[in-house]
Amino acid sequence: MNHLLKNVRPYGESATDVRLVDGRIAEIGTGLPEGSSRVHDGAGAVLLPGLVDLHTHLREPGREDAETVATGTLAAALGGFTAVHAMANTDPVADTAGVVEQVWRLGREAGHCDVAPVGAVTVGLGGQQMAELGTMADSAARVRVFSDDGKCVSDAGLMRRALEYVKAFDGVIAQHAQEPRLTVGSQMNEGVQSSLLGLTGWPAVAEEAIIARDCLLAAHVDSRLHVCHVSTAGSVDLLRWAKNKGWKVTAEVTPHHLLLTDDLAATYDPLYKVNPPLRTQADVDALREGLADGTIDCVATDHAPHALEDKEAEWGAALPGMTGLETALAVVALTMVETGRLDWRSVADRMSHTPARIGRLDGAPEPQGRPLAVGEPANLCLVDPGARWTVDPHESASRSRNTPFVGRELPVRVVATFLRGRPTVLDGKPAPA
Amino acid sequence: MTAAPPPSPVPARARLARPVSGDPAAARPVLSSADVARVIDRMAHELLEKTRGGDEVVLLGIPTRGTTLARRLAARVHAFAGLTVPSGSLDITLYRDDLRLKSPRALESTDVPAGGVDGALVVLVDDVLFSGRSVRAALDALADLGRPRAVQLAVLVDRGHRELPIRADYVGKNIPTSLQETVHVLLAEDDGRDAVLLGPADAVREDRARP
Amino acid sequence: MKRHLLSAADLSYDDAILVLDTAEELAQVSERTIKKLPTLRGRTVVNLFFEDSTRTRTSFELAAKRLSADVITFSAKGSSVSKGETLKDTALTLEAMGSDAVVVRHSWSGAPANLARWIRGSVVNAGDGTHEHPTQALLDAYTMRRRLGRLEGLRVTIVGDILHSRVARSNVLLLSTLGADVTLVAPPTLLPVGVGSWPAQVSYDLDAVLPKSDVVMMLRVQRERMGPTGEQAAAYFPSAREYSRRYGLDVRRVATLADEAIVMHPGPMVRGMEIAPEVADGVRSTIVEQVANGVSVRMAVLYLLLGGSDSAIGSPS
Repeated sequence: MNHLLKNVRPYGESATDVRLVDGRIAEIGTGLPEGSSRVHDGAGAVLLPGLVDLHTHLREPGREDAETVATGTLAAALGGFTAVHAMANTDPVADTAGVVEQVWRLGREAGHCDVAPVGAVTVGLGGQQMAELGTMADSAARVRVFSDDGKCVSDAGLMRRALEYVKAFDGVIAQHAQEPRLTVGSQMNEGVQSSLLGLTGWPAVAEEAIIARDCLLAAHVDSRLHVCHVSTAGSVDLLRWAKNKGWKVTAEVTPHHLLLTDDLAATYDPLYKVNPPLRTQADVDALREGLADGTIDCVATDHAPHALEDKEAEWGAALPGMTGLETALAVVALTMVETGRLDWRSVADRMSHTPARIGRLDGAPEPQGRPLAVGEPANLCLVDPGARWTVDPHESASRSRNTPFVGRELPVRVVATFLRGRPTVLDGKPAPA
Repeated sequence: MTAAPPPSPVPARARLARPVSGDPAAARPVLSSADVARVIDRMAHELLEKTRGGDEVVLLGIPTRGTTLARRLAARVHAFAGLTVPSGSLDITLYRDDLRLKSPRALESTDVPAGGVDGALVVLVDDVLFSGRSVRAALDALADLGRPRAVQLAVLVDRGHRELPIRADYVGKNIPTSLQETVHVLLAEDDGRDAVLLGPADAVREDRARP
Repeated sequence: MKRHLLSAADLSYDDAILVLDTAEELAQVSERTIKKLPTLRGRTVVNLFFEDSTRTRTSFELAAKRLSADVITFSAKGSSVSKGETLKDTALTLEAMGSDAVVVRHSWSGAPANLARWIRGSVVNAGDGTHEHPTQALLDAYTMRRRLGRLEGLRVTIVGDILHSRVARSNVLLLSTLGADVTLVAPPTLLPVGVGSWPAQVSYDLDAVLPKSDVVMMLRVQRERMGPTGEQAAAYFPSAREYSRRYGLDVRRVATLADEAIVMHPGPMVRGMEIAPEVADGVRSTIVEQVANGVSVRMAVLYLLLGGSDSAIGSPS
């Protein structure tokens, strides 16, 4: 079916109509005739390219009680995403072509958004032996992003080899930067709050030391490094330094690190336990600044669903992680757009074009993160910029409820998402198949 | 002593408040300073009489003003008979039957004379006898301290309206009251002057409401 | 409204003084033949101990019993807790049994705060992880006031593993509320990052601080803090001998104390490590008194939380 989006504002700029034919953007212009198209009145909504997440935990296979590919990708579509990168820390670990192809296929079957599996860097995330990265790259899943996320590739020699090896297929190593010896038993940001709460600290230096090392390694072997979920002001400084050198280093920040601070740990509610941990307001400010000036390339959700029993527990026993797919755009709007740091065109860059480019989805057979232009695939999301809504975990499409934004009022709402011209979300609800 | 007010949540910060409050000007004096002194003198004489010379007597006052009265009685007994009667105080807070009805309150001091109470003739002393519940609590508290030979009760004012089968052995003054009225005993040591005031319920707010 | 005692910071100055004054009166009960008060008759107090602590558990048990409460004690060993039941399920079970208060000891910081969200009754923190142990701080303050007659302006030196000590955290908070001047002495590795924001002075030099102390509180130093490395965090100091030499309270150091100064230890002690046996058993030592005072202070806390229609102290849910 063809669709005509009337009165929409691409990148939040001037209003126009957009016609989608056969999965592509066929026409852009004012006063387009309805013809045989199904008409959607945009009422001045902001039209963005479909969002691309570089960092999603879909939990399947292994923890289908927390999330499945189907539920996670539906949550993604509701959040405006048309592609997500599924992290490798499943059970079994996505360290073989078999597992990554399974996840990729589950994504296609669910049909809510594209799933680009991330391959593990090391076998079983063990940090010892390199996984068969090339085989995963050559598989149907076309893996380009490799990460042991959840664990740091802390062995400098192994990290160097992995960085070098993925050059053969234009891959990138996405590092979870956490020096393990500096974070034994760590529970929260190390600082004033951790000292008072008696929770073992996760110092900023444990992230920064790995980032500095990896930037130097990436430069040395002239390869691509991507830094996951940057959380400290010091990390932003290091990335700025590496980028000024012209090194191929990219980085992401999560919505929660753009908004929340470590004083939330004082409740001991594990809803606020996440890895890397929530930091201080000074870090939040530096991250916002880094995202605005391009030091941090993109926003990635680190959507980490957890079953209730893993969150309704003592802080130390609870698992770290927060859901984020359905709130990501709203939190970015709150922290970056409403504060005047980013316009919608830059939001599209940080949440669609750039993450797609880092994951090499922009040149894939079914490309993602392409510009809003005639002839491009119709991967779109339509955003009501004036909406305000209160986060209710029970309304989430995710199987899990661990959103740290519960009860908060957030701006902007995704009203529709199109995946290659087919609506996956309409009127803010899952579109009928 | 006033009628126990209906249970109402007392702010925690107010729990320490114990001074005489309200507007004593609206209350009518029923005993003057001189009257109070005379009444205590008489009670001391009666005590010597009824206890056959005050032998083995221990005076235990119920804080705050009962303790003061016990001390005064002991002083008068000493003045009249040259006899030193030990006096002390007995806090009843933890034995009250209305503990559950209000916020926990600070404890008063319990100060039992060195000889203890075993085998003694304990005279409980309070300022006002009303429902009798304070005395009931005091008897329970006393039982946990030891086994007196006998227990008697001395009060400065008996205002009636008993809710328990309790009577006083020594009464300074019977003052018939209505339940709407308040009786307040002022003693120089605690309040700067001696007097007994009778007033409408709102004239002298009694926040020492006891069982 | 029911309230909780989760942190020493839950107590205002008035609250803290009220607890100490109440404990002072209740201490008399322990000297009577009939060591019992009817105050909490019909109330149920649950002792929920996920960590072994004979001292604290029996102290709370005795305190509750002296106030005539019904006391149920759950220890982690042999209970459903060790069979994988979650803390929340345990909490709901206790709730269903009609408990009015839960006294909880747990190895995770914050577990009492979690419990307080899940149950209706009052929660008393009997030590959580490396966070707090507020009743220990209360009994320490009580002991200091009894021995030295005041707390305002008292110079209290706390020595040892501050980083992992719930006793230190609660003492710093309570003593600063009560107007004492606290100095923390430890090797820098055993002081938390962020200690500069605490209401206390910090020193690495025990000998310099001792002559200016009215109270010296020695904390236990666990031998595992010296390593070995591996899965554990890196060692905090090289050897027990070096620790003892630099931070142990021996006879020579005690001689530099002011005449009136007292020596405290929350127990359990490692004799010969942080404290010499002669010091632990000396006249300045309050170690045995502290145990006795613990019962009075815990009676006071239970009475003030549970004795009435609502709580007189503590933090709301």
